[in-house]
Amino acid sequence: MKNGAVIVGTGQAGFQTAASLRAEGFQESITLIGEEPHIPYQRPPLSKDFPLGTQDFESIELRPKNFYADHQINLIAGERATALDRTTRQVTLASGSRVPYDELVLATGARNRLLPVKGAELDGVLYLRSLDEAVALKERLKTAQEIVVIGGGFVGLELAAVACSLGKSVTVLEALPRLMSRVVAPIISDFYRELHSNKGVKVFCGAYVSEITGASGAVQEVALSDGRRFSADLILVGIGVVPNSELARDAGLRISNGIAVNEHLQTDDENIFAIGDCAEHPCIFAGARIRLESVQNAADQAQCVAATIASRPAPYRALPWFWTDQFDIKLQMAGISHGHNRIVTRGNPESRKLSVFYFRETQLVAIDSINRPLDHMIGRKLLAAAVPLTPDQAADESVDLKQLERAFASQPKP
Amino acid sequence: MPKVIYVSPAGDSREIEVATGTTVMAAALKNGIDGIVAECGGVCMCSTCHVFVDEKFFSRLPPAQDTEEAVLEISAVERRPTSRLSCQIKVTADLDGLIVRLPEKQR
Repeated sequence: MKNGAVIVGTGQAGFQTAASLRAEGFQESITLIGEEPHIPYQRPPLSKDFPLGTQDFESIELRPKNFYADHQINLIAGERATALDRTTRQVTLASGSRVPYDELVLATGARNRLLPVKGAELDGVLYLRSLDEAVALKERLKTAQEIVVIGGGFVGLELAAVACSLGKSVTVLEALPRLMSRVVAPIISDFYRELHSNKGVKVFCGAYVSEITGASGAVQEVALSDGRRFSADLILVGIGVVPNSELARDAGLRISNGIAVNEHLQTDDENIFAIGDCAEHPCIFAGARIRLESVQNAADQAQCVAATIASRPAPYRALPWFWTDQFDIKLQMAGISHGHNRIVTRGNPESRKLSVFYFRETQLVAIDSINRPLDHMIGRKLLAAAVPLTPDQAADESVDLKQLERAFASQPKP
Repeated sequence: MPKVIYVSPAGDSREIEVATGTTVMAAALKNGIDGIVAECGGVCMCSTCHVFVDEKFFSRLPPAQDTEEAVLEISAVERRPTSRLSCQIKVTADLDGLIVRLPEKQR
């Protein structure tokens, strides 16, 4: 009797693994186990349209409830997996029940990094990761007036844009010298700083939060290490995440910055895979082992593992891409810019149409685009196929990227 | 309610009543139409809700924005003159009977 595939985690990666296994013709049982009490849903709208009120839960469900039964996917929502027994190949749940597996996929995701300062436990300090947290945040936004966002990354800035659009007074505090500095070039950081400032968001970089003070258990002020203070009745914290690796670690699997996997997204145990936000994998585009937090990474890794389990193994080679929506501007990112040592641009910030091309020596490694969607989409093809493109060509608007890509694609390959 | 007819690559069609204002993509997911993946959730970042719109209806649709046009460049099955992203097609009374054909693959 076969035990089939068990997937731990009902986020985008877990959901997609189950859906892709069925699409691949996998005939054995599929069990999808998640800690959250909800059916799988999309996370990106939680910091955008959901708090704005333009999307509700039904519109962010990845599939309607009957999808799971219709596809013979046994969805166990609201149960935490507490242990793995690799010898007997069983997952233990918080309720004590045990689920046997032939193949196990860990899509355990990540959790919010908590603000390590005094006062962080006060009422009015909110984080955002789950639907429940988004519901709470949306509720608090109704009455809050003075909002301080701690963290000038994607989530923090998306929330700042939402709160500002709702007519709130918003202050963003970023510890590093510029916004989104981990991923984008200074010219993009500057563009976003101006975008937010023009809408009335007060942005402070190099702002180290040292304490949150309150009265009667509720937040009142955020204090910086340089002595500045900002009054607040709601504090939103977006300072990154920590991968959920404990289940794997306790089962003796190798952990680095996340659960360590090979190019087939397999852990050291060949029957256990790890994908999505929790997995550190070798990335050919980064030329390094990395861990990514994105829809693309979750969905493509899920597809790759599903194919492997369904006996069609292939190494993971998908190009990373990302996006963020803030106010009416979409930033589209392709590739991994980390380690670049040269950038060139097309367009300019003044026209609100700008692409930044990142090079590592002479190799194009990433493209960020604002209101230049064709640069992004053609850029994905250029990056995925490693089409030769010089910095001079990238900077020269008269070089048609689409033509260049087509010409390369039609060349006979050795 | 207006009807939308989804035709699978094998030629099987399913007719679904869709509330006005709902996208062709959202209605497909809700009604279990295989062949619409909608990986990015409808924000013009992936091409996995690509459809071929029947010629009779194509000209009645509001034209595609630049973001959608760009995404069609990366569709898994090469775009045709009547290609659209179903996340960008909102159903209206005028589109009653809309026929969309699904490509062989979306990824």
